[in-house]
Amino acid sequence: MAALSSYSMSASTPTFSFQQPPQTSSAAGGQTQHSFYPYTDNGGSTLGISGDSFTILAGDTRSTSGYNINTRHEPKLFRIGGSGPTHKNARIVLSVVGFAADGRALQERLDTIVKLYRYQHGKDISVHACAQRLSHILYGKRFFPYYVTAILGGIDEEGKGALYSYDPVNLKNQYEPEAAQGLGKPQLVAKPLDRKTTEELVRDAFTSAVERHIEVGDGLQMMVITKDGIEEIISPLKQD
Amino acid sequence: MDHSPQAWGRPRDDIYGSYNPSYLPHNKGGYQAHANGQPNTHTQSPIVTGTSVIAIKFKSGVVIAADNLASYGSLARFTDVKRLKPFNKKAVVGFGGDVSDMQYLDRLLSSLDVQENYSNGASGDLDDETENRAMMSAKNLHTYLSKVMYKRRTDFNPLWNALLVAGLDEDSKPFLAFADLLGTTYSSPTLATGFGAHLAQPIMRRAVPDEEASQKLEREKAVELVKQCMKVLFYRDARSMNVYSMAVIDENGVDLKQDIKLEAESWAFAEGIKGYGTQTV
Repeated sequence: MAALSSYSMSASTPTFSFQQPPQTSSAAGGQTQHSFYPYTDNGGSTLGISGDSFTILAGDTRSTSGYNINTRHEPKLFRIGGSGPTHKNARIVLSVVGFAADGRALQERLDTIVKLYRYQHGKDISVHACAQRLSHILYGKRFFPYYVTAILGGIDEEGKGALYSYDPVNLKNQYEPEAAQGLGKPQLVAKPLDRKTTEELVRDAFTSAVERHIEVGDGLQMMVITKDGIEEIISPLKQD
Repeated sequence: MDHSPQAWGRPRDDIYGSYNPSYLPHNKGGYQAHANGQPNTHTQSPIVTGTSVIAIKFKSGVVIAADNLASYGSLARFTDVKRLKPFNKKAVVGFGGDVSDMQYLDRLLSSLDVQENYSNGASGDLDDETENRAMMSAKNLHTYLSKVMYKRRTDFNPLWNALLVAGLDEDSKPFLAFADLLGTTYSSPTLATGFGAHLAQPIMRRAVPDEEASQKLEREKAVELVKQCMKVLFYRDARSMNVYSMAVIDENGVDLKQDIKLEAESWAFAEGIKGYGTQTV
């Protein structure tokens, strides 16, 4: 074709003699429907409680799709930062519930950022900075969100428990023990719970949730963050 | 009549009608992809499909099985499609879902294997232990595949598969995990995709309820369990077949059999089933 046009045609770009105005798309078979939905719900439940000198995050370990149990052990709590794949000396925990694949992608991104922060600044990121960064990550995907509700917990610079919760696109709030909500009731005096009471409270909350929600069960994963590190406790829940 | 050289040898418009230019390149008036507001189209549903894949972890390895059928809708179209793909001596991948996407992934894994063996310098100057540690484990393979799947779903161009990766991890411990078109991943002592999640998983869980039970499970028992499940699947899954492949992966490598016939197949039980729907006798 090139040889042909070079000696017979003066036009700079060869054209087809049968060129015709493109037909409208509907004539050529019509629009295809997008039937692929890129999300699913893997169920489960998580919670966080912060205390005077600790933060507890907890989640069940069941993974579901519809009425099926995918597995009885797929953790929803992840250590963020620290060193190496074992997150040695990490002080921040992220919990994700919703679409597990997005949750995992989010965890990996945040973990990479926190590790790079230490590499670049020579100190560990503060929970507050990490929480702010997570908010930006989520909002950055405002138009194709990570379909997860996340909780971030850790110990702040003063050694007190810190807790942040998120909806799929943004930081919702930092938990403030003093901020009582409700109308017409005398405000409760905020008294941080001790660690033992909190752990029992978490366990009770989950055993109740198991009875009321089919997506919750199998195992309870608790992470207790103190200034000394993260303690992980896995205990059984009902499997029905 | 158009006598210009470009028209030589072309079908005449006045006789054959005008040429549909949509398949031509963009700059020649084609508008198949993107141009003219037409969206780029991707796989929106699977066409030729494979049904369940099932697998069980036992004491020293993993058993995985899938039948040899590729269906075209409800038509049993291809009866010799091998859906278990051995990757190396530590890992086997079992594919459910779209067969052409399986073939794409299989080619992807072949090129990955070539790359791996170049970089490892598997020329024989390494001792067995070093080579064994350097070899990509089933865990590594699962991470790789799940990232491919998640990337493709994020691009709205999914690979329509549910896969099981079975084999040994970097410490030569049994490894079994799942990945699907959404990038969802999970791991369990017993796993099943598709219909197997409904039919085979309860049978397998009854025998192997947890990790502890799988660490005590003998190879023979695991194989027997998988055979039993394949039978139940053949009896109840209308998109299944009675010839299947089964692989056992342990420290001795991959033992893959690709033409196992269902043993002691009998439909005698069917006669006793009465009373469904409108049937009254």
